[in-house]
Amino acid sequence: MANKLISQMGLPNSIANVFAARNILTAKDALSLTEFELMELLDVGLAEVTTAITHISEIVCPPHQTALLLLEQGRKNEYLGGHLPTRLNGLDSALCGGIPFGVVTELVGPAGIGKTQFCLKLSLLASLPLSYGGLDGHVVYIDTESKFSSRRMIEIGVNSFPELFQIEGMAQKMAGRILVLQPASLTEFSESLEKIKAFLLQHHVKLLVIDSMAALVSGECGQGHYRQHPLGWHIAFIKSLAEFSRIPVVVTNQVRCHSGDESFQYSFQVQSISENQEYPTTFDSHLVAALGISWAHAVSIRLVLESRSGQRFIKLAKSSVSPPVAFPFTITTSGITLLDDYGVEMSGPEINTICGQGQSGVINFDNDT
Amino acid sequence: MEVRSLPISASQSAKLISAGYTSLSSLSSVLPSHLAQELGISENEAIGILKVASQRGGVEITNQTHPTIVNGAQTAWDMLHEEESCGHITTSCADLDDILGGGISCKEVTEIGGVPGIGKTQFGIQLAVNVQIPSKYGGLEGKAVYIDTEGSFMVERVSQIAEACVKDMQEYDSFLRKDLPADQVKLQPYDFLANIFYFRICSYTEQIAVINYLEKFISEHKDVKVVIVDSITFHFRQDFEDMALRTRLLGGMALKLMKLAKKFSLAVILLNQVTSKYSGGSFQLTLALGDSWSHACTNRIILYWNGNERYAYIDKSPSIRSASAPYAVTGRGIRNSASKCKRVKMM
Repeated sequence: MANKLISQMGLPNSIANVFAARNILTAKDALSLTEFELMELLDVGLAEVTTAITHISEIVCPPHQTALLLLEQGRKNEYLGGHLPTRLNGLDSALCGGIPFGVVTELVGPAGIGKTQFCLKLSLLASLPLSYGGLDGHVVYIDTESKFSSRRMIEIGVNSFPELFQIEGMAQKMAGRILVLQPASLTEFSESLEKIKAFLLQHHVKLLVIDSMAALVSGECGQGHYRQHPLGWHIAFIKSLAEFSRIPVVVTNQVRCHSGDESFQYSFQVQSISENQEYPTTFDSHLVAALGISWAHAVSIRLVLESRSGQRFIKLAKSSVSPPVAFPFTITTSGITLLDDYGVEMSGPEINTICGQGQSGVINFDNDT
Repeated sequence: MEVRSLPISASQSAKLISAGYTSLSSLSSVLPSHLAQELGISENEAIGILKVASQRGGVEITNQTHPTIVNGAQTAWDMLHEEESCGHITTSCADLDDILGGGISCKEVTEIGGVPGIGKTQFGIQLAVNVQIPSKYGGLEGKAVYIDTEGSFMVERVSQIAEACVKDMQEYDSFLRKDLPADQVKLQPYDFLANIFYFRICSYTEQIAVINYLEKFISEHKDVKVVIVDSITFHFRQDFEDMALRTRLLGGMALKLMKLAKKFSLAVILLNQVTSKYSGGSFQLTLALGDSWSHACTNRIILYWNGNERYAYIDKSPSIRSASAPYAVTGRGIRNSASKCKRVKMM
């Protein structure tokens, strides 16, 4: 609505013409100027400018809804209450039913921890028929690291839903619903994002996976400080994609090394901390998410995958519906599986740390039965 | 007072000055037709200018007769009374309410910032629910406007918090009002949801528009007592080339919000993100949007991790001292820190 034309807003002709004559055509142009600037530019009095701005604002402002209406709409219009179940019972109940529609969910963890495995499983689940608890829709999978493996995905399917995949041609049908894009550069990625916007609505797409977001950025701009910048547009765009097509969006993020932990303090904290030397000031393998703090603010749900002394954990590090909990998991031939549906609650900085020690191999073949 | 300062268009004031009308007093006895002729403008325009001038002039005249009573000013004594009468919205965390002097105060703009996942949105939702607590339970019995720029507002969570709030009120009834068995809590969780007006904002233009529009909206919905912007930062952080423009727009927005807070005596809560800033040889966390923005809010609360506990720190306030208090985000919403009242595990 920001690009709505002023000439079509029903302002009195006299003032509308003044706006047009000064090349202030859209609401964005008008509202980006202060009232005083407008008075100077349009050469009219304060009263006229305020009336015009009030009028434009009222039209541009999106309609309001009550929270009750939102709740009712969500329950009525959306299958499964607007969640994609992950089939990991503990995680599903913590998330009120699964990966929610309309928001961005992030998976972050060290290499080889199972992020791609989780994405593959989610893609498969979204493409399953409704009777099997899927979403019966297409999936767009943007694979920037060339890690997508159809064979592995079908293997997960065969092992988790043997009865379904025994049906002739089912594997083909399920896999045929998953559209994989492999952009090689950030520019190419931006282009494909633009294109899929229309595609999402036309083709009954039920899930968008981006694996991974960080690869593109770290590939193109090596210097740490510019890292936040090139993604500025993408963050807002991906969020609005999720919002308007009402589908879950899952994005993976890599980790990088970080020396020291000084950036996690406010200036007013520093004094008290330096007196309090019991805090370990540096960790040897201190990992942080590759995309910076501005990206972390943008995601609505953050799942951290990590391994501590050989055991893998999936942690719900950021969520507005659940306390932070950690679940031990393993990856078998049937995909990611929780070892325990009762999560361990975490507190403090533990929630956001990412450990990456003592893991071996992505898929654990020993535990299969 | 000079003609230059009149809220009229630039060309009109230029014409006035070139015709020799530089001060307001020189305009006081001019006839509209005379002025129109002299400036070469229409008579209607001339009447408009004189009207504006006489309104401005009026203020000055009263100044001279009653030197103490300037139009629109109040004595500090009156303000004290007003401050005492205006309400507070409880945060549901008693420790934090204590250091805030009873909760988030109305008529003020309060900024709350912190790292991702610390509970900013939780605070926003909690306040949107708490503002509706009926006056017999010490609440404001108001409604809430929630402006969501990030899409992080979760209705499921609102209904959880609203349910917990209703339960708290029922408990209060059963403990303290045994003599009034008939007086049941009439509010249902769904009533809470129906009193939260939700705006979803998708660009910074819409954000400016909604804040301009709020004045009209709130004069139609007089019982709105809190406006929550979650977050003020998001759209201004993405894709903004012209930093000077950003500062101007944010400044204008802050002024409008402040005016709104005063005019309708409501609380304005702005949620802000954090960024890292290089100072004194190391990176430090600080709230986003830069130094000039930090002047815009009356109060500033920073949420941070202290060991294993979440703390809220009052970074800036004109009336209360800087202090910090622990809080916890529980299944029922924001509560006192877990070390004091152990919460029941959710699963």
